Amino acid sequence: MTVFRRRHAWLGALVALALVFPQLAAWLGQDFYVAFASRVLIWALLASSLNLLVGVGGMVSLGHAAFYGVGAYVVGIVATEAPQLSAALIAWPAAVAVSGLLALAIGAISLRTRGVYFIMITLAFAQMLFYVFVSLKAYGGDDGMAIARRSALPGLNLADEATFYYVVLALFALCLYALARLTASRFGRVLAGIKDNEARMESLGYATFRFKLVAIVISGAVAGLAGALMANLNTYVSPNMLYWDQSGTVLVMVILGGLGSLWGGLAGAGAYLLFEELATAVTPHWQIGLGALLLGVVFFAPAGIAGLFARRRR
Amino acid sequence: MNEILLETRGLAKRFGGLLATDAVSLTIRRGECHALIGPNGAGKTTLVGQLAGTLAPDAGSVLFAGRDVTAYAAHKRAALGLARSFQITSVLAGFSVEENVALAVQAVSGSSFRFWRRVAAEEELSTRALAVLRSVGLERAGGRRAGELSHGEHRQLELALALATRPQLLLLDEPMAGMGLEESQTMVELIAGLKGSHTLLLVEHDMDAVFRLADRISVLVAGRIIASGTGDEIRANPEVRSAYLGEEDAL
Amino acid sequence: MTSLLILEQCLNGLQFGLMLFLLAAGLTLVFGIMDLINLAHGSLYMLGAYLVATLTQASGNFLLGAALGIAATAVIGMALEVLILRGLYQRDHLSQVLATFALILISNETTRTLWGVQPLQLNVPAWLSGSVELLPGLGYSAFRLAIIVVGLAVAALLYLVITRTRIGMLIRAGASNRPMATAMGTDIKRLFTAVFGAGAALCALAGAMLGPLLAVQVGMGENILILAFVTVVIGGIGSIRGAFVGALLVGVVDTFGRAFMPTLLRHALSPAFADAAGPSLAAISIYLLMVAVLFWKPRGLFPVGA
Repeated sequence: MTVFRRRHAWLGALVALALVFPQLAAWLGQDFYVAFASRVLIWALLASSLNLLVGVGGMVSLGHAAFYGVGAYVVGIVATEAPQLSAALIAWPAAVAVSGLLALAIGAISLRTRGVYFIMITLAFAQMLFYVFVSLKAYGGDDGMAIARRSALPGLNLADEATFYYVVLALFALCLYALARLTASRFGRVLAGIKDNEARMESLGYATFRFKLVAIVISGAVAGLAGALMANLNTYVSPNMLYWDQSGTVLVMVILGGLGSLWGGLAGAGAYLLFEELATAVTPHWQIGLGALLLGVVFFAPAGIAGLFARRRR
Repeated sequence: MNEILLETRGLAKRFGGLLATDAVSLTIRRGECHALIGPNGAGKTTLVGQLAGTLAPDAGSVLFAGRDVTAYAAHKRAALGLARSFQITSVLAGFSVEENVALAVQAVSGSSFRFWRRVAAEEELSTRALAVLRSVGLERAGGRRAGELSHGEHRQLELALALATRPQLLLLDEPMAGMGLEESQTMVELIAGLKGSHTLLLVEHDMDAVFRLADRISVLVAGRIIASGTGDEIRANPEVRSAYLGEEDAL
Repeated sequence: MTSLLILEQCLNGLQFGLMLFLLAAGLTLVFGIMDLINLAHGSLYMLGAYLVATLTQASGNFLLGAALGIAATAVIGMALEVLILRGLYQRDHLSQVLATFALILISNETTRTLWGVQPLQLNVPAWLSGSVELLPGLGYSAFRLAIIVVGLAVAALLYLVITRTRIGMLIRAGASNRPMATAMGTDIKRLFTAVFGAGAALCALAGAMLGPLLAVQVGMGENILILAFVTVVIGGIGSIRGAFVGALLVGVVDTFGRAFMPTLLRHALSPAFADAAGPSLAAISIYLLMVAVLFWKPRGLFPVGA
């Protein structure tokens, strides 16, 4: 019971902080951090979508940036080609749909392989898409493309950083809740079962391929939403969003935060970006510190940040 | 009683130069307990794989419940009611015992493409899971992690997983493997309790258990079925006796 | 004329493929025997190139610099194995990814701190800077030719070690059946360290040979790491033969893609588009090759073990 209460106290404090963050930042004269918080939330959304795949389903993808980058490009291309359609209610669902369809195609082929081969084939698809966008000179080639303005959302001015932050926060909360429901549902249990012992699940009568494919599609679609949001945050998209180091970074966030843990994506993205933000200010050699931190996590906190909290609660 | 539930015709599987099974024709009637015996290396494991659908045969066909399932993948055969237990224990080690069985129950009770409702709140799944656990004597282990069970309990859980899918045919691959005397006794009692209500294909080394449980026995030697019949017929068969030369005490 | 050009590109492909093989050989063995995903393999390549460049400058002798640099990298590699990587063998792949990713960050930043952000100059030694006339009309860089010779020699040596020696037998046993190799006794620990040191030495050799052709700079490790992984996966994890075939495939496809794709495209499409898309298509061709191989052979061309 105390565990339950303390957990809710943590959650309440986190939600309260998230809700008043823009006011707090303004009061402290640190408006810059509102956009930073949006960035953290978008990465957290991306990491949470990957966590469904890696942490729950056991499918380690090193090509997640493909869905994220394509989602971003959908927003960018719509803004350029058909500005009249650049409403958030059109462009964002379009980004989700395109990324989801892409995930369906890539997943259907990639699922022929497993383990390290799966890691590499997903990487291959993302790299191919990276080069496709590099060669699309109409959309900026390797320079990327600037987006004139953020998508329009009726009644809200997304150009205002605080408003944009709240929209991102609401979408993140919504997606996280949906992911929590999904993980605890019949589908989620089957997915976790496949991660544990796929041969056993087959022999129980589960067509595991289909479950895995659906998980990839859901994960890819959510990553597409994250990409659409990031394109709006930066009003800029570039092929670098699809490059393998982005896939690597988000995978590192997931492992750092806690594999398969609901809050792992947020914890990992938050810790990674916050460390980067603070350490850059201290020393140009901050990457050594980050490396040491990650090594420390591997050897002393194998279940990630979320694991540390879980242990302390007990 | 005489309806044929499972039938193989000329089933063959070759690994490199080795013919693991060769023109295996086997029939299992609905309701019987059929045992498959044979010396080590006779091809029993290969045959089980071909029946369950994890190994594709090079030739021949498998008919199950009147349907040609040769081209069906393992999960499709399982969904038709062909359940198996594994020779080497294969359970969901990270799940609780009850969750293991609940997942098996879930496989045969409606779609699993449900994304919103909490599965832990589905009482019919846990009720049926508990009933199955009771039937194999594991009702008190429901909350334990499956990976922490003892060997004997693992085998019981294997059986529970197979039973929970309400199968038409239970394929038990050496359910007594690696068990002590007492655990074996328990398992024999469990299987004896399933006779009559389930069709069983029992692959087993333990001859006492086989002759006690089986209605009919097929003998696999060097990839071929050399004899099929009742326990007495098998005991009297000279070909079987010579195949088991030196193991005559077992017969 | 064209046939000479094609021949020259074949040699370039062979040369690049052989260097990829040096990297992929160590990677695939570490992968196959120790079951370790070592993202930091590219860092050893970078480190090797830096050390060779520095020691060559200091000694004024390429051969001496290369020998010292390779030895130093091997020692660093073995130290890395003993101090850090050994603790990762029993861990899951994701922990290995995280830890070796951390090592990339640390080694990149350390390199930047020690050597600065400017790329280092590693010059082709004077006695190899000319060109050799292989056929009438086909002059070929003596240094690239030396790379091919060295690459083939190392491949042959590896082949002999692995097929003819006791260590080679242990390595093969380890790649196809790890529990058995582990059960063989205490010297397995030393074998792992030795294999890792050899892999690091091969990395440094590749760094020394490619350094004069590509730039010696921070980040060089990651780009080639991806290609080395592609090679390993195409060949089948743990298979030296697979790494060899995969490396030559990747080397030739990459070189031909770069050399001929823009020209080929120009025949079919507008020159502007061809110039824009050509290099990308060349880069894509490698990944396409890998996807195609994995589509038909999901465990690579030469799958190891059952």
